[in-house]
Amino acid sequence: MEVERVRPSPNEDTKPYWDGLKEGRLLFQKCGHCGAIRHYPRQVCDKCFSMDVEWIESSGKGTVHTWTVSQHAFHPSFKGDLPMTFVTVDMDEGVRVAARLRGKDVEPAIGMPVRVAFEQLDNDLTVPVFYPQ
Amino acid sequence: MPNSLFEKCAISGIGETAYVRGSGKSETALQMEASLKAIADAGLSPKDIDGVIPYATGSAVAEDFITNFGIADLRLSATTPLGGASCLAAVQLAVGAIVAGIANHVLIPIGRNGYSGARIGSRVQQLPQFRTVGEYEMPLGQIAPAQLYAHMARRHMEMFGTKSEHFGKIAVTFRDHATKNGNALMTEPMTLEQHQTARMISDPLRLFDCCLESDGGAAVIVSSSERARDLKSQPVYIMGVAEGHPDSPSAITQRPDITTLGTAKAAPRAFGMAGVDRKDIDVAEIYDCFTYIVLCQLEDMGFCKKGEGGDFVASTSFGLDGPMPVNTHGGLLSQAHIIGMNHIVELVKQLRGQGGKMQVKDAKIGLVTGYGDMGDGGVAIMRS
Repeated sequence: MEVERVRPSPNEDTKPYWDGLKEGRLLFQKCGHCGAIRHYPRQVCDKCFSMDVEWIESSGKGTVHTWTVSQHAFHPSFKGDLPMTFVTVDMDEGVRVAARLRGKDVEPAIGMPVRVAFEQLDNDLTVPVFYPQ
Repeated sequence: MPNSLFEKCAISGIGETAYVRGSGKSETALQMEASLKAIADAGLSPKDIDGVIPYATGSAVAEDFITNFGIADLRLSATTPLGGASCLAAVQLAVGAIVAGIANHVLIPIGRNGYSGARIGSRVQQLPQFRTVGEYEMPLGQIAPAQLYAHMARRHMEMFGTKSEHFGKIAVTFRDHATKNGNALMTEPMTLEQHQTARMISDPLRLFDCCLESDGGAAVIVSSSERARDLKSQPVYIMGVAEGHPDSPSAITQRPDITTLGTAKAAPRAFGMAGVDRKDIDVAEIYDCFTYIVLCQLEDMGFCKKGEGGDFVASTSFGLDGPMPVNTHGGLLSQAHIIGMNHIVELVKQLRGQGGKMQVKDAKIGLVTGYGDMGDGGVAIMRS
């Protein structure tokens, strides 16, 4: 029997982000009033307290802020994926994105330039990943 | 001007169950057992408890204590959902409530089957405080604190030259203390080599950098200092207590400085309230879900500068005969994971002179910390 994946629970606040990934677009929130870009998606701009929001597409480019390589899965659905390299990336837009680092024989390093790509896990879930630029 | 909470209240009673893997008891029963012990330690009747602050995501609610103890008029029921900082956030709340006249004797219970119940790594997504990482990071495969916190530790190592051996020294020291404790899960000594060759969980965190999953209960009672002086056990006075929340509290990923915890905000308030300095601390029980978190808190509390934690750990003994023994009970790493309530209980024992084989000589002023979820911090300073 296949193990059920760990899934997000998109709601009114977060659905545009997940829908964007399904279309191969990494979306961030931009304040409709002052223009500040924020992530993860939330309700209020902490700069000007506006609730007006628009979604912008990320350039997909950034550099590695920090990383880890997990040798333990913590959930049965990831056991076949070990080891898993995760990076926290400083995006050019000024926010951070966490995702797996992909690519053959790639060693993670702080400051490494990376670009985003998308992996469709099933019909309902597409996640961002990074490759070296 | 000193904060008005300075020494207004004391820990008047402490209680602990056996810490085991496989308790055979419900989590609520563990809380009741620990609570009854704390109440007896204070020389109170269960009916005297008029405030309860249960663990926010635990099995028991205040109503369970009213029912089990026959409490006629409970006047305070609240929770403090800060993960491992919950216990100290509850102490702060209890002190405030007592000073305000809302309650006289506030019980703070913890009980969990972290080993035999739902395993800790598998249930964090359900916690309200983990919703953000649950939505955005867990679906990617970053499920457990070991993976999420590894990013902080790795950044610290690359920015400041901190080494795995520094983490290892922390683990080895706490293990040594646990071997002297009759109520600890880990009873065999550990060498640095054993730490260094243990399997990697999430780089740079190896097996013995990670805390235990265990079953047990612990509880404390907070009373006004005036009332505590008339009770059975020696009061341990709360000189200063504070909670602190980090920037971007729900996701480490978005934190501007991911090497700083909420502890950095709580510590100046707690020390300021207590009116003491770091050099005055005789013994410290520091929340140790991971070795790195101990090192980071030492920096955030000002025992050394940010980035100097590695050198500080390398050059300082945290053993029982050192200048400031740390985690005299063995901590979450080697005694048991009782959400840091075991740290508060141990500090009270030390300051009462009930530390047994781990007793620190002339321990008069001590510090205890909590750390929870994605970076919440709690700090308390107490004296005998």
